[in-house]
Amino acid sequence: MDVRAQISMVFHLDKCIGCHTCSIACKNIWTDRKGTEYMWWNNVETKPGTGYPTKWEDQEEYRGGWSLRNDKLELRSTGKAHIVPNIFHNPSMPSMDDYYEPWTYDYKNLFNAPESDDQPTARPLSMVTGEPIDVEAGPNWDDDLGGSKVYAANDPNLAVLTPQQRAQLFAVERLMMFYFPRICNHCLNPSCVAACPSGALYKRGEDGVVLLDQNRCRGWRSCVAACPYKKTFFNWQTGKSEKCVLCFPRLESGQAPACFHSCVGRIRYLGVILYDARRIREVASSRDEDLIEAQRSLILDPFDPEVVKAARASGVHDSIVESARKSPVYKFVKEWKIALPPHIEFRTLPMLFYVPPLAPVMSTKAGDIVSNVSKGLFHEIDEARVPIEYLAKLFGAGDAGKVRAALKKQMAVRVWRRASTVGDVDKAAAERLLREAGSSPEEAEAIYRMTALCSFEERFVVPPAHRELAIEMMEDPLEHKQSAGFGFLSAPRRGS
Amino acid sequence: MNIGYLDPFLFQVFPYVALVVFFLMTIYRYWVREFTYSSLSSQLLENQHHFYGMVPFHYGILTVLLGHVVAFLLPRPLLWWNGVPARLYVLEISTFICALLALFGLANLIVRRAAFPALRKVTILSDWMLLGLLMFQIVSGVSIAIAHPWGSSWFSATLTPYLWSVLRLSPDLGYVTPMPLLVKAHIVGAFTIIAYFPFSRMVHVLVVPNPYLWRRPQVVRWYGR
Ligand code: SF4
Ligand code: SF4
Repeated sequence: MDVRAQISMVFHLDKCIGCHTCSIACKNIWTDRKGTEYMWWNNVETKPGTGYPTKWEDQEEYRGGWSLRNDKLELRSTGKAHIVPNIFHNPSMPSMDDYYEPWTYDYKNLFNAPESDDQPTARPLSMVTGEPIDVEAGPNWDDDLGGSKVYAANDPNLAVLTPQQRAQLFAVERLMMFYFPRICNHCLNPSCVAACPSGALYKRGEDGVVLLDQNRCRGWRSCVAACPYKKTFFNWQTGKSEKCVLCFPRLESGQAPACFHSCVGRIRYLGVILYDARRIREVASSRDEDLIEAQRSLILDPFDPEVVKAARASGVHDSIVESARKSPVYKFVKEWKIALPPHIEFRTLPMLFYVPPLAPVMSTKAGDIVSNVSKGLFHEIDEARVPIEYLAKLFGAGDAGKVRAALKKQMAVRVWRRASTVGDVDKAAAERLLREAGSSPEEAEAIYRMTALCSFEERFVVPPAHRELAIEMMEDPLEHKQSAGFGFLSAPRRGS
Repeated sequence: MNIGYLDPFLFQVFPYVALVVFFLMTIYRYWVREFTYSSLSSQLLENQHHFYGMVPFHYGILTVLLGHVVAFLLPRPLLWWNGVPARLYVLEISTFICALLALFGLANLIVRRAAFPALRKVTILSDWMLLGLLMFQIVSGVSIAIAHPWGSSWFSATLTPYLWSVLRLSPDLGYVTPMPLLVKAHIVGAFTIIAYFPFSRMVHVLVVPNPYLWRRPQVVRWYGR
């Protein structure tokens, strides 16, 4: 066993209100520089929808991630045999049209326009050319199903639905949508890392954050083509690729990443998990239907004495094992099994998990009273406005069973809480539902607490970074005394 | 026009200036400003014409360059190969086609850079100068191939010894002085490009994927190990 620590995440989709605060927090810290305006390391999509960049999930088009060919794990289009001859022009590379052309407004005109009969306007100006543009797309152009005939209707995941189901999804008064916030998944088997010809991308051994070395990057952009989630981006100004850094400077000082910290819906959870690095390839090569279970099995129990011993042998600090025991991610993913990886069939083993959305709440209404939370309830999960097949395509590698189990448990928790607080449901019936969903009253209370009452400290269990140990082992702390400083000192100017 | 009096400077001094500048500046730039080593791709901003410029240019120029290297390193086998006219024709015609491909690609790249406002934003003076130099070099090369054919043979017999004499630090003007003006221009162009190399985006040639071809797919870096 080669035990490693991985900072992992859970997003609870039922709680996301689609406010984009997370995206703005990220943008203001990381991507407000020239050349990065079009990047949204954190973005929030409306589902159904085509997302950002448009139709990123469609790997027939973008050809990212891994695939199994004759039981062998291979990069779909960014293996050596493909990258080298296509290095001058990669045909599966997204262009700015697939994202959008960033713009600002000509605010100056509001102040400087000569006097006239009409109000001055602030025209949109391209942030690439500086010229006026007609805005045709944006990072969340289809927010709240805007333009759904063009966007939502072209959602690649809808392919699994029957025409009737699709028609039903878009019927007036039955419309359904939910938000899908996305950041880099800091995968265990990242295709971005595997594809980089310069070896510029790497996974940090200590915490699993996937970073891109700006000095080593040569602008080949294989990572952009390789990431099936399209979470590496090319900075057209500096000629280097960039990606989500999981706010590692914040993590190292014990703070949650900015998008987590600022999340209004408090949907985000972060914590460390332990996993067996020896098994990554084997797990990533599982059959589609086994992938979710296989990934779960990769995550080790931090309470198991064997694991603790192996962790110590692999150099994982005791304080990190301690942190893993408190990790909300471990609970959501491994104990409660209600958080699922997005599109695990891309086989990068994403370490950001989603609690699939239950909304709209299932119930029957008798007069003013919501009632009938009994036996027939779970059939209604299958009759929900969002067809379970759709969610299964997103979070279950096509297997509706996993999603159904997660939803069933969430529903049972709701019923249980209803029974405890309102009392119009029979407690025994509620408990029976919990048992049917593979849960228990204790677990239901824990889920309820973590979902509804969670404090900052419960949501974000940031493991200690122990950079002090690392730095001391590596270099003389006095080395830079009285000199210019550490690291990267010249301004990142373009070329020459 | 007789510029023979310039020969000692152009063919005995300038090559060394170019080579020294090339080595010193390339190494300096790699050590001190590694960040600037990038392909500086513009595919993100324009993805259609990109193909018609980049692919023919790179494959064309690399093949032609390879031809020059072979003539420089293996003149004898090359002359032996050319001993049979049919083989000579095949070689000359195929490299000529590659040169035309490079010309076509480069022309496309220049037009593309000039035509798209977004691309003009990411094109600095040094890029235009490089494009100009490369254009000059390819046009002069193609003209030589037309005006003085069978270059694969006469290059091996005259320019290869000259280049070796440069490397041996006793540049032999005897080989280049009688050369036509076009060929002289091509040689000077080549050394100019070598001298200009470290100041331009061309440095990306030196960082072609290398460890990649044999490294393991996943890369992990530790702070403490
Ligand atoms: S989500 Fe994409 S960029 Fe992030 S680690 Fe996975 S493959 Fe790499
Ligand atoms: S800040 Fe939180 S609630 Fe708001 S959109 Fe982002 S993830 Fe959703």
